[in-house]
Amino acid sequence: MVEGYIPTSLSDALTELANHPYRLVAGGTDMLVQHHNLKTLPINFKQDVMYIANLSELQGIQEEEEFITIGACEPLESILEHPATPKLLKDTILEMASPAIRHAGTLGGNIANASPAGDSLVPLYLMNAMLEIQSKDRTRRVDIKEFITGVRKIALEPNEIITKIILDKIDFTKATFRKVGPRRSDAISKLSFAGAVTIQDNLVMDFRIAFGSVNITVVRHPEIECQFITKTVQELKQNKEHIVSLYREYIRPIDDQRSNKEYRKQVSLNLLRQFIDTI
Amino acid sequence: MAKITFQLNGKPVQLDTNPNRRLLDVLREDFSLTGVKEGCGEGECGACAVLMNHEIVNSCSVPIANVINKEIVTIEGFSQTHRYDILRNAFEEEGAVQCGFCTPGMMIASESLLNKNANPTEEEIKIGLSGNLCRCTGYNMIIKAIQRAVKDGDGTW
Ligand SMILES: Cc1cc2nc3c(=O)[nH]c(=O)nc-3n(C[C@H](O)[C@H](O)[C@H](O)COP(=O)(O)OP(=O)(O)OC[C@H]3O[C@@H](n4cnc5c(N)ncnc54)[C@H](O)[C@@H]3O)c2cc1C
Ligand code: FES
Ligand code: FES
Repeated sequence: MVEGYIPTSLSDALTELANHPYRLVAGGTDMLVQHHNLKTLPINFKQDVMYIANLSELQGIQEEEEFITIGACEPLESILEHPATPKLLKDTILEMASPAIRHAGTLGGNIANASPAGDSLVPLYLMNAMLEIQSKDRTRRVDIKEFITGVRKIALEPNEIITKIILDKIDFTKATFRKVGPRRSDAISKLSFAGAVTIQDNLVMDFRIAFGSVNITVVRHPEIECQFITKTVQELKQNKEHIVSLYREYIRPIDDQRSNKEYRKQVSLNLLRQFIDTI
Repeated sequence: MAKITFQLNGKPVQLDTNPNRRLLDVLREDFSLTGVKEGCGEGECGACAVLMNHEIVNSCSVPIANVINKEIVTIEGFSQTHRYDILRNAFEEEGAVQCGFCTPGMMIASESLLNKNANPTEEEIKIGLSGNLCRCTGYNMIIKAIQRAVKDGDGTW
């Protein structure tokens, strides 16, 4: 029979994980749907699981001078309600699932799930989020874009747990998240977009663009963004169609039942146009 | 097997059970709390909603292992409160109940919302109910019922 282990502390969890492979369960909102049970039977997990949602070391939000640190098991709704949470992340969480799912689902779970349609990934890529990852003998930090390696693929060893998400505090002049999907509380977005810009004395000092659900993982290209740094706002706007053309080749949605490729590509590029128009 | 202790409808409970069970099944099977309904079993419909530490969760998406030391309130427990009486009356008056399958979940969603936001806008009510599906009423009556409960409750939340 598949076992479930409930650790009493993070060090207990890491010690146990060093000796035995477990699949982690945080809020369980993805894990329970993916391992749907027949009514009244235990959840149909394929391997032993470890429950980490209630470990106090994985909770809480700390605000420091230059960073915000979010515990991996902090529920999405608590992140939404916290005053230190960057507005772009709040705007994103508001578009995710329903209050019931957000009270249980965690940010660490959304990241580790590594779905191409995982909404939080879009603003987290945009903000260059760092993840703190711990095993019994080691703590390391990794950039989210190195951590997510493909569709539902992550660079996590079997003895490791994501413990924290670390965000730079950045004061963008404008930052937007847009999601196009069938119903707000539906599991999966058709596509999503985030844009951010910092303007000083009419000059573009920072310009960031990220697309979700239009490739195997979030599309972000700093080498495109940096071409427009120190341009004037007017120059940026005049370059709108040029910028759209630079992104066109990276928008390669997979064609599935959620919506067709051409639709996703058009809408994604229109969201980019709209963002530039409203700067 | 694991020892699971938590508060259920105001009383401490302890059980020795497989931690890989859903809260929904424990409530219905072990405690006969059948006001908690299974609709979709996938977190999409809210029929199985309960309060965990005063906030709505879908009991079909919560493993019992995560409930240790938490306070769970089902519609049966909530029905013992004054807030419930106000909501029930408002749902009746506004015709917000037809077949009634979604109603326990709708009441739990209403309480979770009003507990945090005693005077929600219509948009906030819609967000509060966004995880609960109703096949019968078309939602407008439920929204009106919550607005009426806010008025009738006059400071209850
Ligand atoms: C009805 C419904 C609507 C939804 N809507 C949305 C939506 O709009 N947008 C969206 O992006 N998602 C949505 N989801 C998906 C899900 O709710 C989120 O991905 C949520 O953030 C997952 O968090 P969790 O804690 O429940 O993860 P779990 O289900 O517990 O775990 C998910 C995965 O992450 C791993 N994991 C969890 N925590 C850690 C950790 N600390 N370290 C390492 N690995 C870990 C687990 O092993 C598992 O593989 C929805 C789900 C449902 C059921
Ligand atoms: S049965 Fe739980 S949300 Fe539908
Ligand atoms: S009253 Fe029938 S589902 Fe809502």
